[in-house]
Amino acid sequence: MTLPKVLRGRAWKFGDNIDTDQIIPAKYAIYSLDEKELGKHAMEGVPGRDKWASEVGQGDILVGGSNFGCGSSREIAPVAIRGAGISLVIADSFARIFFRNAINMGYPILQSPQASEAIEDGDELEIDLEQGIIRNFTKGDEYRSDAFPPFMNELLRMGGLVPWVRKQLEERRQKANASR
Amino acid sequence: MGMTMTEKILARGAGRESVRPGDLVLAKVDFAMGHDLTIPPAGRIMREQMGAEKIWDPERVAVTQDHFQPAKDAASATLGRLTREFSQQMGIKWYFEVGQGGICHTVLPEHGLVLPGELVVGADSHSCTYGALNNFATGIGSTDLACVLALGELWFRVPETLKFVYRNRLKEWVEAKDLILYVIGQIGVDGARSKAMEHTGEALRHIDMEARLTMTNMAIEAGAKNGIMEFDEVTKAYLDERAKRPYTPVSSDHDAEYEKVFEFDAEKVELGVAKPMSPDNYAPLSEVAGTRLDQVFIGSCTNSRITDLRRAAAVLENHKVAPGLRLIITPSSHQVAIQAEREGLIRTFLAAGAAWTTATCGACLGGHMGVLGEGEVCLSTTNRNFPGRMGHPKAQVYLSNPAVAAASAVAGVITHPSEVLEKMPAALR
Repeated sequence: MTLPKVLRGRAWKFGDNIDTDQIIPAKYAIYSLDEKELGKHAMEGVPGRDKWASEVGQGDILVGGSNFGCGSSREIAPVAIRGAGISLVIADSFARIFFRNAINMGYPILQSPQASEAIEDGDELEIDLEQGIIRNFTKGDEYRSDAFPPFMNELLRMGGLVPWVRKQLEERRQKANASR
Repeated sequence: MGMTMTEKILARGAGRESVRPGDLVLAKVDFAMGHDLTIPPAGRIMREQMGAEKIWDPERVAVTQDHFQPAKDAASATLGRLTREFSQQMGIKWYFEVGQGGICHTVLPEHGLVLPGELVVGADSHSCTYGALNNFATGIGSTDLACVLALGELWFRVPETLKFVYRNRLKEWVEAKDLILYVIGQIGVDGARSKAMEHTGEALRHIDMEARLTMTNMAIEAGAKNGIMEFDEVTKAYLDERAKRPYTPVSSDHDAEYEKVFEFDAEKVELGVAKPMSPDNYAPLSEVAGTRLDQVFIGSCTNSRITDLRRAAAVLENHKVAPGLRLIITPSSHQVAIQAEREGLIRTFLAAGAAWTTATCGACLGGHMGVLGEGEVCLSTTNRNFPGRMGHPKAQVYLSNPAVAAASAVAGVITHPSEVLEKMPAALR
């Protein structure tokens, strides 16, 4: 699974410090192995957004404020957002475990304080993932995102940590066979 | 240039002479943990997607049945079964069944499984707790855990370190919980985002290991990657009867580089709470005293070890829970429950009219045994009070230490413990 180069969609705007229990309330952790079911309840814990998941279109873009995804380590937070149909998350900044989880899943996220501040709910966006450029068609603006270190880019390009570990395991097997 | 404790541990894990903040390293893990919500996805990712058949070292993994166990419903029973089966099939040595373990972050330290100088990861955000034992410990996701289980290694970004120096001693009634709530109130829930919090200073030398664990437990509530403390005689005494492996303590170099140094006068810290709806919403107790409560919860990996229960029992002795309020007490491990029984604490709790539960994360994450309804107000010894954390998004949660929680359960409103108990016995301070 490799990432598309360009993504387009409607922006859904959220505030600062949106924590994992708001992204996916813990009671839905019983669906930890069911991305579609988790997706139906994404962002349900954010006050006033309990119907959000039913309004999202496939490929839409979520825009958060600072410290997006703070709280629990549960990977079901980015899984639920992906399950709801969101193709990309942009934020002013991400909490570290949410950030790790997304990269490990091969799920694109972009850190851009400029975009997070300027984008409003309903704006039509186009994102060039390779260039890290966010175009806002509604406002006629363009924003840049922070660059990832090379290893994280490699993980995203490969499709996450799973193919990376497969490759490591294969190399270990070959080494073990060679030394036999 | 010298290194901090955190940098030294990551450098050793990566097999390098030195590392600097910002470096991305692939490091060997000394110990890993997962539980009933994180093992099922990690196990599936590891076997079905990564194609690994066995785990890297069955003696260096612990698994607890703590979040939704004893199973709260049929779906949780399935997660419990998947966790149990995976642990059996992989031959995991440190598997803790319902009734024999408890909350991961109490169980691992009390069994001497997470040791000084080690690199520890846990598929739970409060895995930063272990750092009080002079190790690097951090929370990871399920794909991360699958990687560690398969390879025994994981990628890390070396964090910048923030140093927190606590001068003088905490005042009477003021606990480690009050200190860390105050600190988070000062720096905010993203004040240490992705960074290491290194705690040091005189105040820490006078608090016991359980109180220290309360402080590092809440590093994640400031967004930190890890919380870490120095090794001293308190650490050594705690580990002497417990450590399952030999260990090598680590200390920061005198010329280590800190991104920022914060200094606090511990003596000036007041008894306090975090008000709804964020752990950084600190207020001195005097500001919220008199707030009406529906529920008081004493539990969680933050504040439900034996010393916490002793202080709660000292306050509750010969008192009754206020009419119209319920007090729920959940020990954080089976060993803690056994000790509470030996010391007669459970009798005190039951006589006061408290509900005493089995060891589980339970109400803290809105799981079971104390979930809050719409509009309810709870005072809780837990770690997090974002909207919906303990149940309904419109429920309100205040965070406090156990003595304040116990006193407030007696009064029915948020109350200073000195209004219920004249003086905390010296042995419990």
